[in-house]
Amino acid sequence: MAKYKMHVLICGGTGCKSSNSSDIVENFQKILAEKNLQDEVQVIKTGCFGFCEKGPIVKIMPDNTFYTQVKPEDVRNIVEEHIIKGRKVPGLLYVNPENKEHVSDSKHMGFYKKQLRIALRNCGFINPENIEEYIARDGYQALASVLEQNDPEATIELIKKSGLRGRGGAGFPTGMKWSLCRPNKADQKYMICNADEGDPGAFMDRSILEGDPHSIIEAMAIGGFCIDATKGLVYIRAEYPLAIHRLQVAIEQAREYGLLGKDIMGSGFDFDIELRYGAGAFVCGEETALIHSMEGKRGEPTFKPPFPAVEGYLGKPSNVNNVETLANIPVIINKGWEWFSSIGTEKSKGTKVFALAGQINNVGLIEVPMGTTLREVIYEIGGGIKGGKKFKAVQTGGPSGGCLTEKFLDTPIDYENLVAAGSMMGSGGMIVMDETSCMVSVAKFYLDFTVEESCGKCSPCRIGNKRLCEILDKITKGNGTMQDLDELKNLAKVIKDTALCGLGQTSPNPVLSTIDNFWDEYVAHVVDKKCPAGQCKALKQYVIDPEKCKGCTACARNCPVNAIHGTVKNPHEIDQSACIKCGTCYEKCKFNAISIK
Amino acid sequence: MSKVKSLADLKAMREKLQSTLDVREKAENPESIVQIKVAMATCGIAAGAKQVMEHMMAKAEELKIAAVFTQTGCMGYCHAEPTLEVRMPGKDPIVFGHVDNNKADEILTKYVMNGELVEGIIPVNYETIDK
Repeated sequence: MAKYKMHVLICGGTGCKSSNSSDIVENFQKILAEKNLQDEVQVIKTGCFGFCEKGPIVKIMPDNTFYTQVKPEDVRNIVEEHIIKGRKVPGLLYVNPENKEHVSDSKHMGFYKKQLRIALRNCGFINPENIEEYIARDGYQALASVLEQNDPEATIELIKKSGLRGRGGAGFPTGMKWSLCRPNKADQKYMICNADEGDPGAFMDRSILEGDPHSIIEAMAIGGFCIDATKGLVYIRAEYPLAIHRLQVAIEQAREYGLLGKDIMGSGFDFDIELRYGAGAFVCGEETALIHSMEGKRGEPTFKPPFPAVEGYLGKPSNVNNVETLANIPVIINKGWEWFSSIGTEKSKGTKVFALAGQINNVGLIEVPMGTTLREVIYEIGGGIKGGKKFKAVQTGGPSGGCLTEKFLDTPIDYENLVAAGSMMGSGGMIVMDETSCMVSVAKFYLDFTVEESCGKCSPCRIGNKRLCEILDKITKGNGTMQDLDELKNLAKVIKDTALCGLGQTSPNPVLSTIDNFWDEYVAHVVDKKCPAGQCKALKQYVIDPEKCKGCTACARNCPVNAIHGTVKNPHEIDQSACIKCGTCYEKCKFNAISIK
Repeated sequence: MSKVKSLADLKAMREKLQSTLDVREKAENPESIVQIKVAMATCGIAAGAKQVMEHMMAKAEELKIAAVFTQTGCMGYCHAEPTLEVRMPGKDPIVFGHVDNNKADEILTKYVMNGELVEGIIPVNYETIDK
């Protein structure tokens, strides 16, 4: 086989794929063949690079050139200029927003500088559909050494010492979880991977499965060996077709190589993995609900104990770990617990993957050591707020989390600190909001989500959240009273204390944290009937300034509900009772005579 | 492709496969290893730069030298093609001219491995605008 001089890595994650990255791959193959370079340049479709804001990404090795927003028609230029003549194509290089200079390689991009990629180590580096590339990157070495050592308790001890905690949100120590499951004897035990990623805006689990599926297979086999389970199940949402496809390909390859199945690597240990598809219900990320859903029952949580470690899938002892947690396992075994526990803070070790979204310049997927501050994440990696606007809050922890304000920007991120600040780690969604976001509406958005996703089994969650949502709706429509605010607080606390599962117990968090941090904004809605961010439609008032109005009739002609009256060349007036606040008149006025109050 | 039967099997497989990712692994930290740029414009290619680069890549692997090979455009030394630039970690780059397979071996064994200079150096008489 010819040795390739150059490798072209093209992002094949869901984000870039939907921007035609598959056509880019095809064009590269076609044009390289045309130039007779197919034996010199290797084209590889990888997983997500994380820099989704500027996708599709094409990276050229060995000069480490990072091309952004590449279109299929740019390929010819890249081949002819860069690959043949060795000249980088400036128009496609990443432009540093600060000094407007082209940055040619990813090492010099602010986005990557502060990152430490452990769980994402292979994403954007290897071809996820080729097991040999994973093996070349030390893949399955951890499994092999665990099997050769043949001391599951020592392996559990190692994971315990590493300080790895569950990355799905709650942060339960992983080694502890395994050690609780191991002693329970049964004819069949199960190692389950929770790939039911449900937080709005979070996509780290999907990206890991798409970019490095073998790391999850390897970790599940290790976990299975440690807890004495011979069957692995991945519960994955059916709405992740690419992740499912890559996982299936990977499982097939692992079986062919004898890394799954009977008598793995001659150790006598049997382990195989099957997939179970979820319909995408948020509550099914809760482990008891997940297990019920896998059993074909309604996806509803049940009271713990019994814990799944004792009575899980089909009543058998089971262990459930999140995707990102599992992705850390092989590295910890290969590099040792001392290495892993040297990263991070006192109680939170290692790194965390965050999905940056909202009003931030660099939307994407990042991985940073625990203890990195929110400011570093938002300003240095995320590139700051879009359009130079002012930072208002960052929402972490999804629908169970809370909003953190400017005063928390220098808080080092870890499980404890986020809880102390009134939010939580969650699965790692991070939604950044600027000054134009209305916090009452944000709270309402999350409540809408939990109302929709509540399974309805317990009344605090089913009825309580609905009432919370109604009160918030009333406030955003300008009909709220101070008494409503008191009720909101009381009800939120009651739901927190009485709901059955994690979903209900945490669903009032967005309300409580916005009340704590943005009390004035709530009061403005209730007392002044004003939305300070200008977001709540019902509280907006469009007013025509009679001094500036020339009577051109543009507004009246364009008003969809005929709420504007007046005669030609005379100042017009808006009938507030008929106005639907669509903003059309505001856009149409050529004399800036219409203002929002 | 055979089944992996033991840890030793897997290790052997990794050794064999690792070189397929070499180009990518090395690109992560190019400053810390030897960087060799081969001028690969029309004149360079006509003078045999392609064959020399292939030969040199194979030789570097044989000698277990961690090096990144890139191709660049015309360096302007058309009288001395094939030309290549060698940048050792922490040192200024040196350009060699008239590099054939034998010269390439000499550069690797003498200059890269032992720091001895060899014949054929083209004095660098330009400045670049980047950095």
